[in-house]
Amino acid sequence: MRLLTHNMLSSNIKGVNNGFPLLIEAEKVVEKLVDFNPDFLRNIFPKIDWKALVAAARAVGYGELPDAADPAMLDSDDFLRHLHHALLQLHLEEGALVCPETGRRFPVNKGIPNMLLHEDEV
Amino acid sequence: MKLKQLESLLGTLQQFSNPKAENSFGDVTDKVVADFGCGCGTLGLAAALLGAEHVIGLDIDAQSIEIASTNAEDLELDMDFVQCDLRNLGWRGPIVDTVVMNPPFGTRRKGADMDFLSVALKIASQAVYSLHKTTTRDHVKRTALRDYHAKSAEVLCELRYDVPQLYKFHKKKEVDIAVDLWRFVPRGV
Repeated sequence: MRLLTHNMLSSNIKGVNNGFPLLIEAEKVVEKLVDFNPDFLRNIFPKIDWKALVAAARAVGYGELPDAADPAMLDSDDFLRHLHHALLQLHLEEGALVCPETGRRFPVNKGIPNMLLHEDEV
Repeated sequence: MKLKQLESLLGTLQQFSNPKAENSFGDVTDKVVADFGCGCGTLGLAAALLGAEHVIGLDIDAQSIEIASTNAEDLELDMDFVQCDLRNLGWRGPIVDTVVMNPPFGTRRKGADMDFLSVALKIASQAVYSLHKTTTRDHVKRTALRDYHAKSAEVLCELRYDVPQLYKFHKKKEVDIAVDLWRFVPRGV
């Protein structure tokens, strides 16, 4: 699972007010190289929850993203390369996503998070 | 992208989808695409072949996702998967541009396809492509525009769809039904 997907997923357990962002417990992280597409990155940048992305990147061992970002940074090739790597090339392969309010763990196996809720959580 | 190549790679796609239409609206290439109820991944992988930058397949069934994941590997395509129940999905933000789906119909629980459509129109910011039985065309249009606040709902083409005898309550061995390929534009965020 890419961190771009993580940037959209939220815990939806009954009674949880804010299930975003899910915390990451990383046991195994893999890198898969993909083509660099700066236009895509510029387009998606305003839609990203930056704090969640930075935290997720750090949780999988990538510390190259700045704490805060603004659109002016999109002129920097270095910044775009780091963003590209964090969003699209790092995959959480094994571990868990953890609900920020309840601590409920959603396991991630073979890169696939299991977000199914138990009956009493719906 | 080489539509011929797409056809040959995904033999069954031709009857489900219309890649030319998807291309002409600019809803797929370089976009973030979600495949709802992805099953073995056909539509999502088609989107990836058409140059979608990021594709997410969502399905409730682990076995389907496993097959889809293998298919993606075989085609050397990147596709993310999330195992979830779309009816209680937690989702943030406007990142997904386009949802493609072949939602369940002909199943015992009526209206499952409309549940999918309701969620799709909340999550997609640009377009939703979906298949629904032609006999439900008026209902689909009315519900999408009035209840799900779609900006537009348009049937792109009508297809024939072979439904094999999957469930015990299916009385006939196989039926050939008319299905509409829709393009919906969500209200936007």
